[in-house]
Amino acid sequence: MSEARPARPGLYYPKLPATWWLRRPGYVRFMLREVTSVFVAIFLVELLVLVHKIGQGPQAYADMVAKLQSPGWIAFHVVALAFVLYHTITWFQATGVVQVVRVGDRQVPPPLVVAGNYVAWVVVSLFILYWLLVRS
Amino acid sequence: MTEETITLEVTRYRPGHDREPRTESFSVPYRKDWVVLDALNHIKDRVDGSLTYRWSCRMGVCGSCGMMVNGVPKLTCSAFLRDYHPGPIRVEPLANFPVIRDLVVALDDFMEKLRRVKPWLIRETERPVSEGEYRQTPAQLDAYKQFSMCINCMLCYAACPVYGLEPAFLGPAAIALAYRYNLDSRDEGYRVREPIVSDSVGVWECTFVGECSVVCPKGVDPAAAIQRSKVAGAKDWALSVLMPWGGRK
Repeated sequence: MSEARPARPGLYYPKLPATWWLRRPGYVRFMLREVTSVFVAIFLVELLVLVHKIGQGPQAYADMVAKLQSPGWIAFHVVALAFVLYHTITWFQATGVVQVVRVGDRQVPPPLVVAGNYVAWVVVSLFILYWLLVRS
Repeated sequence: MTEETITLEVTRYRPGHDREPRTESFSVPYRKDWVVLDALNHIKDRVDGSLTYRWSCRMGVCGSCGMMVNGVPKLTCSAFLRDYHPGPIRVEPLANFPVIRDLVVALDDFMEKLRRVKPWLIRETERPVSEGEYRQTPAQLDAYKQFSMCINCMLCYAACPVYGLEPAFLGPAAIALAYRYNLDSRDEGYRVREPIVSDSVGVWECTFVGECSVVCPKGVDPAAAIQRSKVAGAKDWALSVLMPWGGRK
């Protein structure tokens, strides 16, 4: 008990075990969602290192890319991609709850708000693909 | 023809007598229309009169009979035996609360938190009675109606791991109640409730596990109330930084 509230005599104060999150599937999904931030952070650091290597010249960048093509790193990227996708999907689900969108007097149904996120994702992705593959 | 039975594994705890709760097994008739509360009443009537638990309306509107059924916070008047067949059914006191006796938990912390959010209409200026009622359109009622359906059953607190780990957390029901009043068109108390709701042990302790809304028997969706309160609080903070000279609602 973090508050300085004295425990009343006779009452039994249950303690939450460290494995509390294994008790319900909802808790496990929550913990997985929180862990996705670790993979997002690692990937961000990797990106910054890549940018730094580009600054150090073509040889340094080529060495870095070769290192990232090792089986270990490929495996990490597959796992990280799965976690980052889960991160994105749970974030989109959350917008349905958090973002109240009003059109006139009526509220837009939450599934539509969530769908809007996916549509925006596809549109932006297509635009980036076009920019990378067609324009360059 | 012998009647089919189902086993209930019920937590027993006698204050001043037991150091820790223990489990006692009871065999009760398995009736298709019975709920766990019926089974508990059968035990108290016919088997062990010392079994202690709370209940009242037996129809899911009073919020008294909340307990853990197979590890899930439920109203025992709404937990049908047939959904747990063949059992055994584990009945424990509501999680994250101190146990007074058997299946009865102490409500004091919850009651104090409900009071703390000032769950009444707060007016900057009271209108005289001669001016008549505060009128509200159906749309204005719809804005907060969902969040007014809370029956104070505390299942959300039992489901919330944050409350289990940090008892100072204001909690889903209290924040949903504050949100209900903040959304009420008749209320002018947003600023009064803000320091309580936007506190570090208010909305910002919540990590959006979402189990509170999953277990809520009334569809209040306290998780939505909390996250929307976070958005409102963050917006207020940003405005206070960008425009510190006031002029806000």
